[in-house]
Amino acid sequence: MLLQVRDLVVDYGPIRALHGISFEVHEGEVVTLVGANGAGKSTTLRALSGLVKPTSGEVSFDGRRIEGRPGHAIARMGLVQVPEGRRPFVDMTVRENLLLGAFHRSRAEQRAGMERVFGSFPRLRERINQTAGTLSGGELQMLATGRGLMARPRLLMLDEPSMGLSPILVQEIFSIIREINREGTSILLVEQNAWMALGIAHRAYVLETGRVVLSGSAAELRENPRVKSAYLGE
Amino acid sequence: MTYFLQQLINGLQLGFVYALIALGYTMVYGIVRLINFAHGDVFMVGAYLGFFALASWGLPFPLAIVVAMVGCAALGVFIERVAYKPLRNAPRISALITAMGVSLFIENFTNLNFVFGPTPRAFPRPFAVRTFGLGGVEITNVQLIVFGVAILLMVGLSLFVGRTRTGRAMRAVSQDRDTARLMGINVDTVISITFGIGSALAGAGGVLYGIAYPQIQPMMGIMPGLKAFVAAVLGGIGIIPGAMLGSLIMGVVETFTSAYVSSTLRDAVAFGILILVLLVRPTGLLGKSHSDKV
Amino acid sequence: MRTDGARRRPEPGTIAVIVAVGGFVLLQALMWLGVLNPYWQQVLNLAGITLISALGLNLIYGYTGQFSLGHAAFYGVGAYASALLTRSLGPGAGTLLLGIVAGAALAALVAFLIGLPILRLRSDYLAIATLGFGIIMKVLLDNSDAVIPMMGGSSGMSGIARLTTFPWVFAFGLAAVLVMRNLVFSSVGRALVSVREDELAAEAVGIDTTRYKTLGFVIGCGYAGVAGALYAHLYAYLNPFSFDFLKSIDVLLVVVLGGLGSISGTLVAAIAWTFLLEGLRVALPASVQDWRMVIYPLVMIVFMLFRPGGIFARTEFGFLKPRARRGKE
Repeated sequence: MLLQVRDLVVDYGPIRALHGISFEVHEGEVVTLVGANGAGKSTTLRALSGLVKPTSGEVSFDGRRIEGRPGHAIARMGLVQVPEGRRPFVDMTVRENLLLGAFHRSRAEQRAGMERVFGSFPRLRERINQTAGTLSGGELQMLATGRGLMARPRLLMLDEPSMGLSPILVQEIFSIIREINREGTSILLVEQNAWMALGIAHRAYVLETGRVVLSGSAAELRENPRVKSAYLGE
Repeated sequence: MTYFLQQLINGLQLGFVYALIALGYTMVYGIVRLINFAHGDVFMVGAYLGFFALASWGLPFPLAIVVAMVGCAALGVFIERVAYKPLRNAPRISALITAMGVSLFIENFTNLNFVFGPTPRAFPRPFAVRTFGLGGVEITNVQLIVFGVAILLMVGLSLFVGRTRTGRAMRAVSQDRDTARLMGINVDTVISITFGIGSALAGAGGVLYGIAYPQIQPMMGIMPGLKAFVAAVLGGIGIIPGAMLGSLIMGVVETFTSAYVSSTLRDAVAFGILILVLLVRPTGLLGKSHSDKV
Repeated sequence: MRTDGARRRPEPGTIAVIVAVGGFVLLQALMWLGVLNPYWQQVLNLAGITLISALGLNLIYGYTGQFSLGHAAFYGVGAYASALLTRSLGPGAGTLLLGIVAGAALAALVAFLIGLPILRLRSDYLAIATLGFGIIMKVLLDNSDAVIPMMGGSSGMSGIARLTTFPWVFAFGLAAVLVMRNLVFSSVGRALVSVREDELAAEAVGIDTTRYKTLGFVIGCGYAGVAGALYAHLYAYLNPFSFDFLKSIDVLLVVVLGGLGSISGTLVAAIAWTFLLEGLRVALPASVQDWRMVIYPLVMIVFMLFRPGGIFARTEFGFLKPRARRGKE
């Protein structure tokens, strides 16, 4: 098992954001966490990446316990996050952003990684010397995803990649995510757009107010009446 | 006209010393949003280290600069680790008050008799002062050294921050600390490196100050430190070229105030500029209005 | 039940005043009997003056959340203004009272004029702007003799009558505490605190934050003006050096040690700190005197690291609380 989360609890001061959630990701899977705004999806990813300290619970990645470890150490183990809102380094060029993604890799690996990213996102090659602040929303999502791939992650966690993008761009981004997965990277996908997420995921967990309320294969959940009415708008 | 040019050269000399201090202020502010009041005192320690290197250990001048830079880098990192790091998530004013405490501590501690002592000391000149005439304007070899060393260090810093992996990491941390962490960047290390580099530059500034204005004492860092901070704000806090530009302007304005108005008013003019900048253009000369931040 | 009990007992504020007056009589008696020598009388007066000034800064920073590093400048304005007045009109109780009022008024006026533009700045930007103002003020005082020769410029102003006695300091100290208590627990006080807690939210519920920030700043600086006036007539000599930005840090230290947003804290810290510093001056041998100035910033750092709320951390002595809240706590 690649990632195992058990009874994860996260508090923001007096407010409990996660009430002990458990889930897992197997090697080669696409797993999605769906849920409404404020359900605790982003908090989960932030806790996994070591940006917030969990109050209690266990997180194992590749057989090693990682809860409470510093964020940079977790990223270097291959658990890499593409954050919500893309968070580009706006004053830096596309090249610099990508190089930062492979911060702890050798020069040769950085070069090879760059070529691989340009294979998936040819548009980034055209923009290589532009500052990130000048890119469009779709290009920024490509940049953020590419920056995540530069680290050669074992598990890539994507937080709301579809946010603010046009339907066509969402299609494009999701087909690239599927492609990344086919090439061997496991994916943990957090999405409000449950329809799209359940379309490419193998398995899914539904989060409500900091708890896992449903889980199962993506196909099952697509047919679940509760999911249908709450998240698929049927 | 000759007098004007002469004062301009004197002003630039002061400005280059300010620049070496202002760079550390601006880098540290950029990365942890802290006005590191102790920075002027690190500059003072640099001057003393240079003094001991030259006067007591008899080292050659370039080595004296290296000693001051290394010593100050260590001091800067130590201060950051002990006093500022525990307050990284505290309100900004708590860290600011701590910085003032650290500043006062360094001043009063080094003022003790068994440390540096309160008596001013004459800074040794490792070479004879020579004056070159340039169409009626005079420039000394001391001034040329100040200009040369300062420019060399500033070019080096620009290359480091602009071109190296660590420099890129510094910029990443100052723009977005959490995302930098997601890239596998050890934020704590990067912050320490920033303090180290900024303090090393201040140390070099201290030695240059020593040969340019050859008297040093433990309180000497207060005013140049504050004025260098004003210069950093003037140029745009957090922006490295801004700190250089702001410092040169500050040095020249201050020198002109002394030359043409009154030397007793120069501090008032310096801080008048500060208040004016804060009110009219708080982002500074080279700062962008921050609407383009995501 | 508790409220009933409180009703039968006299108002604790009244008790406090009785205790205070009793303390005053006792201290006066000790002075007459010669138990408290002139040196300690001077220290006692200085503690009271520090208290008044620190209460003002606590109102500005502790309650309203506006960090000022220029407090000593307003203290200086009050000191010089009152000294000029008593020297011009001749010494006497009446002119001292007039001088104190004038010193407070001028400090408040200057605070109003400088506060209007700079209080728009936030957090550390405000700190550095007020610091700059303090330095400019010191330069102006250094050069004051060019305009008003009596002020003496950088060599200082002398010839001020020694009019400040313990009863004056005590009366103004007591008044300062009581006024502050009534202010911070009034609706104005709640508005000030709301500005500190969340300026945007305060704005959203219709509080004119600019107005309250300015109000807190002006009153706080007025306190500094009163303290400065008393100081001028205690030492009978003024020097711009006594009003530079290091002196602002002294007052800040008292406020921080006592506790931001706590009158009790400032009360205890101002008195204890003054006596500690002066006591060490007497107790320590001359050779280690300089260590006082080393320990002092260390105390500041240690408090920030380990007890940032200060000794009192926003709590109050019972007699300084309003009635309604006393029942709850």
